[in-house]
Amino acid sequence: MTIIEPRQIAGVAGPETASGSIRRAKHSVRIIGRRGMGSMGWGDGIRKAKHPVLIIGHRAAEIDIDDKKMLDYLLELAQKGNISVIATPHTNPALLERDYTKAGIMPAIEIGHRLTDPDWKGIDGKGPYDLAIFAGLPNYMESTILSGLKHFAPQIRTMTLDNTYQPHACWSFSNISGRDWLENLKAIIEHVED
Amino acid sequence: MTDKGINLKIRELQSDIGKIKDLEISIGKFRQDNWTELQGPTPFPSMTALRNWDKKLLARYQPFYLPFSDHCDLCTYGKCDLTGNKRGACGINMSTQQSRTYLLAACIGAATHTSHARELVTHTIQKFGSDHLLDTGGLAVGVEAPTIRLVCGIKPETLGDLETVLDYLENQLTQLLSATHTGQEGNHLDFESKVLHAGMIDQVGMEVADIAQISVFGFPKADPDAPLVELGMGVVDTKKPVILVIGHNVLPAINIIDYLKDKRLSDEVEVTGICCTAIDATRYSPKAKIIGPMSWQLRYIRSGIPDVIVVDEQCIRCDSLIEAERIRAPFIATSEKNCLGLTDRTRDPADEIVADLVSGKAPGVLILDPDKVGEVAVRTACAVAPERKKSGTLLPSQEIIDYAKICTQSNMCLVCQRACPNELNIPESIKAAGQGNFRKLIDIYDECAGCARCEQVCPQEIPLYTMIVSAAAQKMREETFKIRTGRGAIQDTEIRKVGGPIVLGDIPGVVAFVGCSNYPKGGQEVAEMCMEFAKRRYIVCTSGCSAMSAGMYRNEEGKTAYEMYPGSFEAGGIVNVGPCVANAHISGAAVKIASIFGRRPLRGNYEEIADYVHNRVGAVGVAWGAMSQKAASIMSGFWRLGIPVVVGPHGTKYRRMLLGRADREQDWYVHDRRTGEKVYVGPVPEHLFFAAETKEEAMVMIAKLCMRPNDTVKGRATKLTHYIDLHRKLFGTIPDDIHLFVRTAMDVPVTMKGEITRVLEERGWKETIIPDPTLLSHQIIKKEL
Repeated sequence: MTIIEPRQIAGVAGPETASGSIRRAKHSVRIIGRRGMGSMGWGDGIRKAKHPVLIIGHRAAEIDIDDKKMLDYLLELAQKGNISVIATPHTNPALLERDYTKAGIMPAIEIGHRLTDPDWKGIDGKGPYDLAIFAGLPNYMESTILSGLKHFAPQIRTMTLDNTYQPHACWSFSNISGRDWLENLKAIIEHVED
Repeated sequence: MTDKGINLKIRELQSDIGKIKDLEISIGKFRQDNWTELQGPTPFPSMTALRNWDKKLLARYQPFYLPFSDHCDLCTYGKCDLTGNKRGACGINMSTQQSRTYLLAACIGAATHTSHARELVTHTIQKFGSDHLLDTGGLAVGVEAPTIRLVCGIKPETLGDLETVLDYLENQLTQLLSATHTGQEGNHLDFESKVLHAGMIDQVGMEVADIAQISVFGFPKADPDAPLVELGMGVVDTKKPVILVIGHNVLPAINIIDYLKDKRLSDEVEVTGICCTAIDATRYSPKAKIIGPMSWQLRYIRSGIPDVIVVDEQCIRCDSLIEAERIRAPFIATSEKNCLGLTDRTRDPADEIVADLVSGKAPGVLILDPDKVGEVAVRTACAVAPERKKSGTLLPSQEIIDYAKICTQSNMCLVCQRACPNELNIPESIKAAGQGNFRKLIDIYDECAGCARCEQVCPQEIPLYTMIVSAAAQKMREETFKIRTGRGAIQDTEIRKVGGPIVLGDIPGVVAFVGCSNYPKGGQEVAEMCMEFAKRRYIVCTSGCSAMSAGMYRNEEGKTAYEMYPGSFEAGGIVNVGPCVANAHISGAAVKIASIFGRRPLRGNYEEIADYVHNRVGAVGVAWGAMSQKAASIMSGFWRLGIPVVVGPHGTKYRRMLLGRADREQDWYVHDRRTGEKVYVGPVPEHLFFAAETKEEAMVMIAKLCMRPNDTVKGRATKLTHYIDLHRKLFGTIPDDIHLFVRTAMDVPVTMKGEITRVLEERGWKETIIPDPTLLSHQIIKKEL
């Protein structure tokens, strides 16, 4: 059992955080849920969501995981899970390199703001999102946006797939190594596809 | 003035003796107002006088709150958990608490500038007399104090007139601060309105401070050719005694420079500065040298170069005395606001103070008389320098390697990286340093914000920050740049030349890079943005730490931004107005455009002028490394004028943004002044306070936020060209919201016509009219039939 701490030193949020401990499963680390959310098995939250959205920041195109970029795993997840993608503008060149043109493009702070509106129909026009999955934003910026959603978007659940613990998310990894991260991302992609 | 116990005001009186016009008498003051312009509706506005204007802005630009903490802990009911917008023991909820917190920050910032201004005005009146005439640019500057005229409805002519303004500011700040008490205000939008009021108060305070010091100290007066001065650690002649001044209040630095001149020592002693005091020192004497922005503070001290450290006020590290002791540099505090626990030696003879500092009997002293600071600092520096120069403070290479090995042998815990604001990969750089490779440590130096939190958390107590600075010693020596020192106000003649092109859109925008140096990826990004927009013929303004960062980068030709571009307020100029308090000249330029070019009455007429600026002047503020409460209040002042501000990703920690919704058509209607009709003008400007994730995102957003409803078709085409071009260059595609900004087919840039026309057709675009825009129904001038 490992005690989890926010990735950012002094980033202690408050009573409603993804707090507690994590258990190392056979091959992987479980995602930790905020109070009332419960811990999850791989991809459960994504599979149960009716209209999830994956929000990808520019760092996803910079960070290596094994021999690929983080972005490649995220796009695979989006494809297999049939998840809408909104990329932040500076991520777009990396998407174009991959011939991925399905993503909506919107700055992170605008996405956060619109997600607080329960009547927003989403970038795909299909109605309000019920799960927002964040990955690849600067850690501290993601933290503040997740905080905004925790307080002002009760209708939406949030998840982060970065390998750093985000206390404001409904679900977050703990601070895990690159190896564990790879293993977990692969497991989620597999589970979502099942 | 209205806040005096006795006030007699006579507009016009005819008697047997003669005719009296515009005579005003109040306790302790006699002011005859020669200003013929009619008084506007809101001179010396109270906290609620402009509330309706604020509400218009806040209806369009909604707050998006980003709480830093789930708690409120400001009273003994607490801590209260406000998660999910729950209410605390006093009844406050999270959105209101966040706006209250921002108001506190804005009050702190505005109080800081106002207090600074009060100190300057009191000091200069003592030295030069209250009748000393204000002069910010001779005949070239007729509107000498646009913000004071606009807000207070008076035309200050002397230093003494500024006291009246300060009385008002201090009164308002007390009122604003009182609103943050438990149970005073219970609505987040009313708190936000007060934030905007605090910002406006701050702009007046900044203007007071800068016009006072410009008027008496011989600073450049609205001079586009203000001198190019030296910038960077490499410009210091370390063989000479070196004095470091840090802060924002230039009075001690001026007295140091004066003492050196009196004793004919100007060429024998180096006066170097960090933060805005440095800029002001070079405005006073171009021989002074600017080391860099506030993030250079710790690295310069740790370099061991300064022989004496003198601090005044604002943005000084709280551990500056400890750091000075670490390098055995005598320390002098000079401000009542920053005493640092030191003994007050103001009344002691200079000989005794110098002796105590030189011997080390007193590592530091507090001297509240700027004149005495000059003598003590210079004599102490000259006395200690020879001995101090014998030994360095940076780590030799082998010691860096030895420390690095301690780290790598102890499990690489990563807490340094987790404590770093930018999550720099310190562990990897230390690992490489342990193997004798310092390259990664040197790279970290470039992006380091200079906070040294890495050292604070290291369980092995490894001096990580000193290691970074030591590894980059050669790089520090190569920091030799140029910056044009602060020119002060913008000339009326310059406004006349560019007012039309700005309002009509021919000059695509005015972009002001202001604020602190908490950058996400180092200061080079500021320089790159400045150069890109100057190259595109925007007017680029700089101030404070951002002005320094803009100069700390050389292009392929080896030139800095200030060497490449002129200092005049014209298309393609890079205009350093000066220190933080000189920000008032940037917003003042927007106000002067409304007054001089737009011929709108200025006097006490805030709402109309703000409406003009918001709808017509394509100005954007960029505070890429905004960190402080002063930055919070400066930005708020821009917002009340309807000028958008872009911050870097750290800016989300201000806890709220002010964002428009381009997808909500109903938010983007204005009145056409000519007809009274309501006209859709598209989301221009789309946001009032926006945090960009990257420099690239910021650049595209800046270009977009320069659009205004009043743009002519030629102007809009120019602005769209830059927006689309930057989007394509940086994001690889044309923007998907072009249809929102094209009003008529003539708006479409000729070179992009085919491409854009296709987009417009796909989006079912329809032509709209270009109104004479206003958000204020009472501005409609349609004549009744």
